[in-house]
Amino acid sequence: MTHVIEARDLRKIYKMGEVEVEALRGVSFEIKRGEVVAIMGPSGSGKSTLMNMLGCLDRPTSGEYILDGEAVASLSDDQLADVRNRKVGFVFQSFNLLSRQTAITNVELPLRYSGNTKGRKDRAMDALKAVGLGDRMTHRPTELSGGQQQRVAIARAIVNTPAIIMADEPTGNLDSKVGREIMNLLLNLNKESGTTLIIITHDPTIAEQTQRVIRLRDGLLDGSS
Amino acid sequence: MTFAQAFLEALESISGNKLRSGLTVLGIVIGVAAVIAMLAVGRGAEQSITGSISGIGTNLLFVFRGSPDNSVRNTRPITLADADAISDPFVAPSVESVAPLLQANREISYEGERTTVEVNGVTPAYFPLRNYELTEGEFITEEHLLGRSSVVLIGPEAADKLFGRHDGITGETIRIDGQPFRILGVLASKGGGAFGSEDNRVIIPFTTAQTRLIRRSTRDQVDMLLIQAISADAVPLAAQEVSQILRQRHRTEIGADDFTVFTQQDFLATASAITGVLTIFLGGIAAISLLVGGIGIMNIMLVSVTERTREIGLRKALGARRRDILIQFLTESSMLSLIGGIIGIFLGWLISYAVGQIAAANGTEFIPVVSADAIALATIFSAAVGLFFGIYPANRAANLEPVEALRYE
Repeated sequence: MTHVIEARDLRKIYKMGEVEVEALRGVSFEIKRGEVVAIMGPSGSGKSTLMNMLGCLDRPTSGEYILDGEAVASLSDDQLADVRNRKVGFVFQSFNLLSRQTAITNVELPLRYSGNTKGRKDRAMDALKAVGLGDRMTHRPTELSGGQQQRVAIARAIVNTPAIIMADEPTGNLDSKVGREIMNLLLNLNKESGTTLIIITHDPTIAEQTQRVIRLRDGLLDGSS
Repeated sequence: MTFAQAFLEALESISGNKLRSGLTVLGIVIGVAAVIAMLAVGRGAEQSITGSISGIGTNLLFVFRGSPDNSVRNTRPITLADADAISDPFVAPSVESVAPLLQANREISYEGERTTVEVNGVTPAYFPLRNYELTEGEFITEEHLLGRSSVVLIGPEAADKLFGRHDGITGETIRIDGQPFRILGVLASKGGGAFGSEDNRVIIPFTTAQTRLIRRSTRDQVDMLLIQAISADAVPLAAQEVSQILRQRHRTEIGADDFTVFTQQDFLATASAITGVLTIFLGGIAAISLLVGGIGIMNIMLVSVTERTREIGLRKALGARRRDILIQFLTESSMLSLIGGIIGIFLGWLISYAVGQIAAANGTEFIPVVSADAIALATIFSAAVGLFFGIYPANRAANLEPVEALRYE
């Protein structure tokens, strides 16, 4: 099982009142385990839709999607939630941390929903150490810099040892220096643990650091390079 | 997500927005406090009334003129002759004693002080029947009755109004409707009762009242007969015997009694029926305020769900199932109303205590009763209100699409 992601003929049609919008018009590709891939495309190209499919946040209208050996295209909402919990780590552009909770509680959050209570705190602490925030565990997001907040978010993404990390413009809200640090952190985590990394971006300098770029245009693949 | 976690998160969320949570809780606090206080007042009223009815005496029957539903015309008055007939132990073996009574409101005065009180004309049999006691002096006797003496027993409240005290006044002369009466003794306090204050009255010999103060159109007429049965079990039997005697003497048609026999139990049943309705009525009004409090919770929870749409989206992205979100918000709303319920119970208890104090300060013996079942009811009801009014907002949160929720600004 070398492919962590297999997408076959993914289509997504949104109904906006009377009008049907075809956001994805049959997209097929594979991503190998441990690969670092960038998904690029102008706005309206179906980039976000594809990310939602790959992150199991939404189901394709038709097509097949196999994530880590599991066909997820036809799962129920709760089953999808379970798959997201176990197999996908999300890193968002705007961090999306719970502002009232400490860093460690934020990192623990996915473990709360996975039902295993044993060693939850230790795993969260390990994840925070791995992103270099071992000394900031009880800080709240408001007490942390943007870069540190994104590190907490990355710790949260890796705490459940997912099969893939979906990073949606992870450096979009950071200045270029901090952005580079975050990119290096993500790439290092990929190197050390072999977790597949998928970065949605329209920054070419970030795309350059990945092994492969999937380009989208008008809901179709624009040739993989 | 375990219950303990849900509990902790709800606590964090509630304490995170203290002012808003406080105001929301206030609605429930007022509702529960109102329910508790109203039920306590209703229960207290019931106990106070039944207590005062029982305090009238034991195994008593009351006979009035007129049919129970006032449907019979040309009623004959109850007379002393009726009383004598009922006293006959062969005809009415269940009757222990009979006390005729005349009553009217009259002005009494002493050295320029004047007040209006209830004047009762009674026979000596009346005092043991009503459990009257004296703080000084002596009771009215047969001699007073025969001599139509101008003597009077004065209640402590009436005495206070005339003399400013109710001791050491035996032997003084007061005037009732201008006629002089010598004070024979002072009645012990009975407190406020279901029929007005028992202490604001004077008692004079029956014959004196009959001839000089409370004249009635028919000779020998009495306002009421007080009858004591030989035992509690004999009360219904005594009622039958008394009715039988009066039917014969009044020559009433069948089913058209021109008198009413009321037992103490009848009074008790009527009183508790009235207070029961009162309690339900008060509790019902209070429950409405609890309902309003519940709507307040729903309102705040809806705001909270909207405000935290992104958070809900994030939680779903991280693997929260529908159920997890549902539990989170339901826990929060139930906790809000449960906190309100607990504070409300204390506040309600405080209010009922204050009501009791105010009543006591005004001379009415009235103790509101906060019963355990009222507390249980309020607790369960408030939690249920939180749960019920939390369902809609929680459902809305749980049904949010993660994609939409994450994109929400």
